[in-house]
Amino acid sequence: MNGKIGIALIGLLLLTIVVGLLWMPYDPNAIDLAHSLSSPAANHWFGTDEFGRDVLSRSMLGARISVLIALGAVGLAISVGTALGVLAGYLRGWTDRLLMMVTDAVLAFPGILLALALMAVLGSSGSSIIFALAIAYAPSVVRVVRGTVLSIREREFIEASRVAGDNAFRTMVRHVLPNIVPPIVVLATSLFGWALLSESALSFLGVGVPPPAPTWGNMLSASRPYMDVASWLSIVPGVCIAGTLLGVNLLGDALRDWLDPRRRS
Amino acid sequence: MLGYILKRLLLTLPTLLLVSVGVFLFIRLIPGDPALVLLGEGADAASLAGVRADLGLDRPLPVQFLTWLGHAVRGDLGRSIFSGEPVSTLILQHFGLTALVVLTAVTLATLIAITAGLVAAWRQDSAIDLAVVGAATVVLAVPSFWLGLVLLLLFGVKLGWLPFVGYVPFSESAVQAALFLVMPIVTLTITESGVLTRMMRASSIDVLQLDYVTHARAKGLPESTVLIRHVFPNAFAPTLTLVGLTLGHLLGGVAVIETVFTLPGLGRLMVDAVLARDYPVVQGCLLFTAVVYVVVNLLVDLCYPIFDPRVTAR
Repeated sequence: MNGKIGIALIGLLLLTIVVGLLWMPYDPNAIDLAHSLSSPAANHWFGTDEFGRDVLSRSMLGARISVLIALGAVGLAISVGTALGVLAGYLRGWTDRLLMMVTDAVLAFPGILLALALMAVLGSSGSSIIFALAIAYAPSVVRVVRGTVLSIREREFIEASRVAGDNAFRTMVRHVLPNIVPPIVVLATSLFGWALLSESALSFLGVGVPPPAPTWGNMLSASRPYMDVASWLSIVPGVCIAGTLLGVNLLGDALRDWLDPRRRS
Repeated sequence: MLGYILKRLLLTLPTLLLVSVGVFLFIRLIPGDPALVLLGEGADAASLAGVRADLGLDRPLPVQFLTWLGHAVRGDLGRSIFSGEPVSTLILQHFGLTALVVLTAVTLATLIAITAGLVAAWRQDSAIDLAVVGAATVVLAVPSFWLGLVLLLLFGVKLGWLPFVGYVPFSESAVQAALFLVMPIVTLTITESGVLTRMMRASSIDVLQLDYVTHARAKGLPESTVLIRHVFPNAFAPTLTLVGLTLGHLLGGVAVIETVFTLPGLGRLMVDAVLARDYPVVQGCLLFTAVVYVVVNLLVDLCYPIFDPRVTAR
């Protein structure tokens, strides 16, 4: 049941993105000062912002940008984290100890503050958000993957691969990697939610994607001065973020239950 | 017990060392002369030369690191490019408020999580359980700053019950200060209670199925005693770990909440420093929050044996 709601919400998000690629009611960046801050009506379903830009069109483009950034950050964190986690868990010894020390050190920085500091060095842009978030998230991936690999490396089929004369690299890629996919998928779902949230938080703090390109975070941030006169400006992107996160979390829970035999009923 | 404490203390040393290396290298990642980065564009030649000599920029990198670490350990984190104040003074000025907000909110959130999680697990799949799980799931999906903005709009702007722009220090008016802190604390309590409640519920469900709980019930103990004396202590350990992680991260990471409610806390200090490219302050805040995180989690780990004596035996 919950999983279905999750799929429905994510489906709605993907539909919005696909429709947005083909058609949007207005140009998301077209300024129309004569109609600034007009409340939701038939010609502007979600109203207009302080520059008279159509909020629906901006939310649609914002969906695309926000999701692309979150996907990029999660993809990068998962690939780097998985590679290092498999190395640490399979090779053990000093590789493991050193990697664990580095992960612990990175985890000691609050994720948002680490990303914030990296943005100060890298400058505000979409790609630096992806990079900064990936660095903040990769350590948790390393930890989860390492834990799973530690239990898998003692299983018989890994030993069989070793006995058959495979080198360590081949064993890791051909036999370890395919068996750690389920926990990675579950982790990736929850990281996607976190990345979406962090992107909007960073935009809100003023170091996100620079305007005029809309993301849900910088739309929310820009709505602050007009909260009392134009509440739709903060409600629309807020609901977009909350709805997507709810969908991702429900989907993640359902995936975890489905992949964990103990919880399958 | 003493062995456990010593071992745990020793384990934090390499982490702290690596953290300080990372923070030290942070300034070096920025292109350009580190002295110029630290003093800002308008610095004169004499003070630039002073900083270069002070940091030993002409010496090898490891020596520079040790010099910097020596300063940092003695509380010298450099000076702000803009106000010229020592970074350590700035951090201490701002940390009190952040600590107050975070400690109150995390305590409240933990109490809510324990109660709601235990009750939901006790009556699994009942209407109460569904309500708790539903609420926790929704809360998890709401960005904290959005919740803050909505509260601010409702209670600050529309109803006018609570003040919302700026802050009055406790030394000036305790009542005013408390009123300013209500909304930030409520926002943070709500957002943090979601994940803690889910954790508490999940571990309570696991513990409720154990034999000794059945045994306690068979003895004829009232349900409240079973829950409080037998289920809670065993189900709380994973939640306690999570409380430690949350606390450590929030002490540095409430930047967003502090921005929404314009509170002069540590997070806000760092955000302003990032926006103004005040690198000594950014560097100092990074080091400080990471050290706080490591220390908080050390303390949590040291509390572990109280709930689970088996920990010390390992």
